[in-house]
Amino acid sequence: MSHENQPLIFEITKEGRIGYNLEPLDVPDIDLGELLPAGYIREEAAELPEVSELDIMRHYTALSRRNHGVDSGFYPLGSCTMKYNPKINENVARYNGFANIHPLQDEDSVQGAMELLYDLQQSLVEITGMDEVTLQPAAGAHGEWTALMMIRAFHEANGEGHRNKVIVPDSAHGTNPASATVAGFETITVKSNEDGLVDLDDLRRVVGEDTAALMLTNPNTLGLFEENILEMAEIIHGVGGKVYYDGANLNAVMSKARPGDMGFDCVHLNLHKTFTGPHGGGGPGSGPVGVKAELIPFLPKPVLVKTEEGKYHFDYERPQSIGRVKPYYGNFGINVRAYTYIRTMGPDGLKAVTEYAVLNANYMMRRLEEYFDLPYNRHCKHEFVLSGRRQKKLGVRTLDIAKRLLDFGYHPPTVYFPLNVEEGIMIEPTETESKETLDAFCDAMIQIAKEAEATPEIVQEAPHTTVISRLDETRAARTPVLRYTKQA
Amino acid sequence: MKHRYLPMTEQDQKEMLETIGVSSIDELFSDIPEKVRFQGLYNIKEAKSEAALMKELAALAAKNADTTNNVSFLGAGVYNHYKPVIVDHVISRSEFYTAYTPYQPEISQGELQAIFEFQTMIAELTGMDLANSSMYDGGTALAEAGMLAAGHTKRKKLLVSGSVHPEYKDVVTTYAYGQSIEVVTIPTKNGVTDIEALKDLMDDQTAAVIVQYPNFYGQIEDLKLMGEIAHDHKGLFIVSANPLALGVLTPPGKLGADIVAGDAQPFGISENFGGPHCGFFAVTTKLMRKVPGRLVGETVDQEGRRGYVLTLQAREQHIRRDKATSNICSNQALLALAASVGMTALGKQGVRDMAKQNIVKTRYAKNAFESAGFTVPFQGAHFNEIVVKTNRSVTEINKGLLEKGIIGGFDLGRVDPEMANHALIAVTELRTKEEIDALVAEMGALQ
Repeated sequence: MSHENQPLIFEITKEGRIGYNLEPLDVPDIDLGELLPAGYIREEAAELPEVSELDIMRHYTALSRRNHGVDSGFYPLGSCTMKYNPKINENVARYNGFANIHPLQDEDSVQGAMELLYDLQQSLVEITGMDEVTLQPAAGAHGEWTALMMIRAFHEANGEGHRNKVIVPDSAHGTNPASATVAGFETITVKSNEDGLVDLDDLRRVVGEDTAALMLTNPNTLGLFEENILEMAEIIHGVGGKVYYDGANLNAVMSKARPGDMGFDCVHLNLHKTFTGPHGGGGPGSGPVGVKAELIPFLPKPVLVKTEEGKYHFDYERPQSIGRVKPYYGNFGINVRAYTYIRTMGPDGLKAVTEYAVLNANYMMRRLEEYFDLPYNRHCKHEFVLSGRRQKKLGVRTLDIAKRLLDFGYHPPTVYFPLNVEEGIMIEPTETESKETLDAFCDAMIQIAKEAEATPEIVQEAPHTTVISRLDETRAARTPVLRYTKQA
Repeated sequence: MKHRYLPMTEQDQKEMLETIGVSSIDELFSDIPEKVRFQGLYNIKEAKSEAALMKELAALAAKNADTTNNVSFLGAGVYNHYKPVIVDHVISRSEFYTAYTPYQPEISQGELQAIFEFQTMIAELTGMDLANSSMYDGGTALAEAGMLAAGHTKRKKLLVSGSVHPEYKDVVTTYAYGQSIEVVTIPTKNGVTDIEALKDLMDDQTAAVIVQYPNFYGQIEDLKLMGEIAHDHKGLFIVSANPLALGVLTPPGKLGADIVAGDAQPFGISENFGGPHCGFFAVTTKLMRKVPGRLVGETVDQEGRRGYVLTLQAREQHIRRDKATSNICSNQALLALAASVGMTALGKQGVRDMAKQNIVKTRYAKNAFESAGFTVPFQGAHFNEIVVKTNRSVTEINKGLLEKGIIGGFDLGRVDPEMANHALIAVTELRTKEEIDALVAEMGALQ
């Protein structure tokens, strides 16, 4: 990683330089004063950079050298499925006939794109065990909210609009309760038991005639399979609620268990996790939602269908639809990447993906259990959660361990999550990492555990080798500087 | 199985199973109850080799009429613009596109700084105090703006102009339903918001007035006046803006806007059949702590060196859970990077030059249509779109145009029956005089 400080693009700007190239105007020029009303002509130019094309490339190349991605090194960030992003995906998504088509073109002129989307929908129907899928939601949280809006519409259509509670386990992703709020529900938290699974007694206690839905990840965020899933679904269905599957952890169960067979009524997937749309530095994602038959009338419109004549068509005649959740049809470019991945792997490949993802996680867990606390000691799925409480007693916090890992060239695991584990360290290796990589990371973790005992200051003061040291986050929040301002 | 993405050898697998203390991978799945266990393999298409799959998908892509080999006059929120070639080179740096959210600032300074620069450029263009790190798209950004306004004012009504993009308005309506917020449409007159109607509708229960700039029909609205009407009743004023147009138009921030949302797609982002694009969200300082999504701020490290970090996270779902300002997590970071490169390449001069070319070329097209006998019903000031009345279905005309290699304008009858036989024609800087003349001639012939 480059240690050279890179100035802001605004600091290398020089008046008069340009980095663009437009055709000269080939129609008569007209003064803006004749074209725009008084008061609507911009007086002060926006202070955008003035740099040459090479300046731009050097600037962003320098920035890229101060950034860690999966292609730079191991990235075992729990719950995020940081697997290899195949390069064929990038090429296909840039094909002229995919990248350069307009969403409002006549359907006859974009049948190829629609065929791809339809085939992706059908593949996801099979993978999730649902009856229909929409590709409209832009990301996981957007998919969660979309599904909850459908559940709400379903209850209202049945004259049960009073159902206003969504049940969420204490180990759930933060987006679950946030999405419930945005969909107009109140969140009720259900506790986990000592095995790290949803406490069925507590679940029975919190359900009632106001229950709209249960949101659940399976395996849960501890990486543990909720073995009582059928009973849980029964409890929720018994009081008239719906069961929602947060597909963030689908990488753990492909070809092993389908949400549709576990009693779930709807599901969202994160195509940027399991299906290798790259994470892009925080996005874009794609968050398709699959539903069972009862919820189909409420899907966001338009719904992509195949007509009897074999044509693909966007169907807007959906009177019970929750409406549109996004302009156009979703993050098509990410859907193209996910489709390319599914077609690259095929049925055997997707099964192997899950098997190796789970093998890798269990292997690392067993290599590390001697050195860190393992709160839930059983087979994990695609990820596992250690606790740094043993090290905390030595004065070394989990945050210190994470920062020390930076010195070894790794992106640290997710830390302090899920909330029900003290000093949690959540590790998800994914299936695309080799045994050598896993071993080297485990060796680093073990070394850090030993340092915590012998030379804790090395860990406490980490990182030592990065381009900057720990940042003053309090200052950032107390006196926010959210933009560059040109010095007069 | 052997696969180029899966590095485990049989020997590896054997050693790993030994360490775990099981005899097979299957044992690791023994906690999945028999009743829910999936048997066999998914019924999906068999895997294809890299070369064969690329060939197949290239053929599928070729079935679509693209905007490179055809001449496009289709806009309506997504535009065929000059896309500096370097945009794709920058976003293809895999240090950027294979990274996740920069939660570990020590190894994410590149991404964080790039976002900080994006926030600055959006704030500059919109004339607002600050901008966030991106939203999914212009439509959901606008919906989030409406939700912020309702929460901030504790009011439950939004007035949305009938000249806002209909799909954006649909998204606002869906979000509003979730929050039990009423959405009322302000009628339009001559292709712009009817000011008298707005005055009648505006009241002390209204959280915000939402307008688009330039509006869906390409017209420039009287923002200043509408902002004053909203503020007179202590409502917020929300503007959905095309950021390219702000190269020449007075920024909403100077005209009373409290929130400016929109899509940065015009800055180097492909049409992508509607996504991914790049929503943006800019506000006044007063609303800073209510902004949805991620914000990057400047600070210093232990040695006093300047650095960047995600900040004000107490607003966000991973901290505040059900009390968060929004549920957004993943955003459009890579597209924000693309738009940053696009804005940087155009720069201070280029964004103005390009915006001006859009206006001037659209004016040329307007004159050409009128000279050819077409009616252009809305005669207000425009940016890069005009409405042209036709004698027959625009969709039918467009079929004829496509045979000539032209992707025609948007058929407004698709979203408003009263606007049947009206085409929304977009003319960007990429359209030449010759192409515009050809469009007018062909449409004349197809009438």
